[in-house]
Amino acid sequence: MLLNGKEMHIDCEKSLSELLTDCGYQINTIAVLKNGEVVSKNEIYTLKVTDNDTIEVVSFVGGG
Amino acid sequence: MIDKLIIGGHEFNSRFILGSGKFSLEMTKKVLENSGAEMATIAVRRADSNSSDNIINYIPEGITLLPNTSGARTAEEALKIAMLARELGCGDFVKVEVIRDTKYLLPDNYETIKATELLAKQGFIVMPYMYPDLGAARALVDAGASAIMPLGAPIGSNKGLVTKDFISMIIEEIELPVIVDAGIGRPSQACEAMEMGCAAVMANTAIATAGDPATMASAFKAAIEAGRMAYLSGLGRVLNDRAEASSPLTGFLED
Repeated sequence: MLLNGKEMHIDCEKSLSELLTDCGYQINTIAVLKNGEVVSKNEIYTLKVTDNDTIEVVSFVGGG
Repeated sequence: MIDKLIIGGHEFNSRFILGSGKFSLEMTKKVLENSGAEMATIAVRRADSNSSDNIINYIPEGITLLPNTSGARTAEEALKIAMLARELGCGDFVKVEVIRDTKYLLPDNYETIKATELLAKQGFIVMPYMYPDLGAARALVDAGASAIMPLGAPIGSNKGLVTKDFISMIIEEIELPVIVDAGIGRPSQACEAMEMGCAAVMANTAIATAGDPATMASAFKAAIEAGRMAYLSGLGRVLNDRAEASSPLTGFLED
């Protein structure tokens, strides 16, 4: 799978929140695109990810 | 006198919108405090899993967040970024920024109009950053914009009100708040924009590249307030072809 442009592998299907917590993200400060679709806050806990998915994780940064 | 800036039904006392780019997190907090701004722009970018620090923790309470769609090259990309921002929990304001041009960073008015329509339909309070063209400004009004944000000069250039005449036309013809965004490099230029009748000024680079950003934020605050007061007071007239003495023309000592 691709997570923020980096290739990685997951052994088994897991929830998006599990994957992102394992990778060090703080769930309350991020938003997610899964295969190009915006994931709602609730779906982060219910959606499953597989080794074929492309995930983008974003947060706020300074900007004009 | 009550003089509120109203955007999308929300009231603001300050007419200074501060961009939060190019500062350290600590400096972001300082400049926001000194600026008196009640609205600050932020951007959406890939998250860093190794960092627990978040800009939101450095934005003083009570400041309305205005996420931008920077990075978008099409209306559809702008919509996606705005939807992500909404999931990040910042409310419904969005500054539309659709840019294809990588050298001058000029906004694509056509895609910006499309993005404004898409976002307004999704319930966003849409503040589009645009190249100052009156026809495009009218189309943005029809598309559901809540304010119009014409550029004064290219982003980050600090060149000032290069497009002054064209911004004046938009102020004259468009009922929505007109907010100069981009290019303002000095407090005097911010003051001039307010004297012209702009509803607010947005600045970022002018402060971030100043020798003392925190004090420059205070200077911008004062200049924007002064310009607004001048506008409300009504500027004195200009004589182009003659002078007019300010002192009485009678009672000279040698008369």
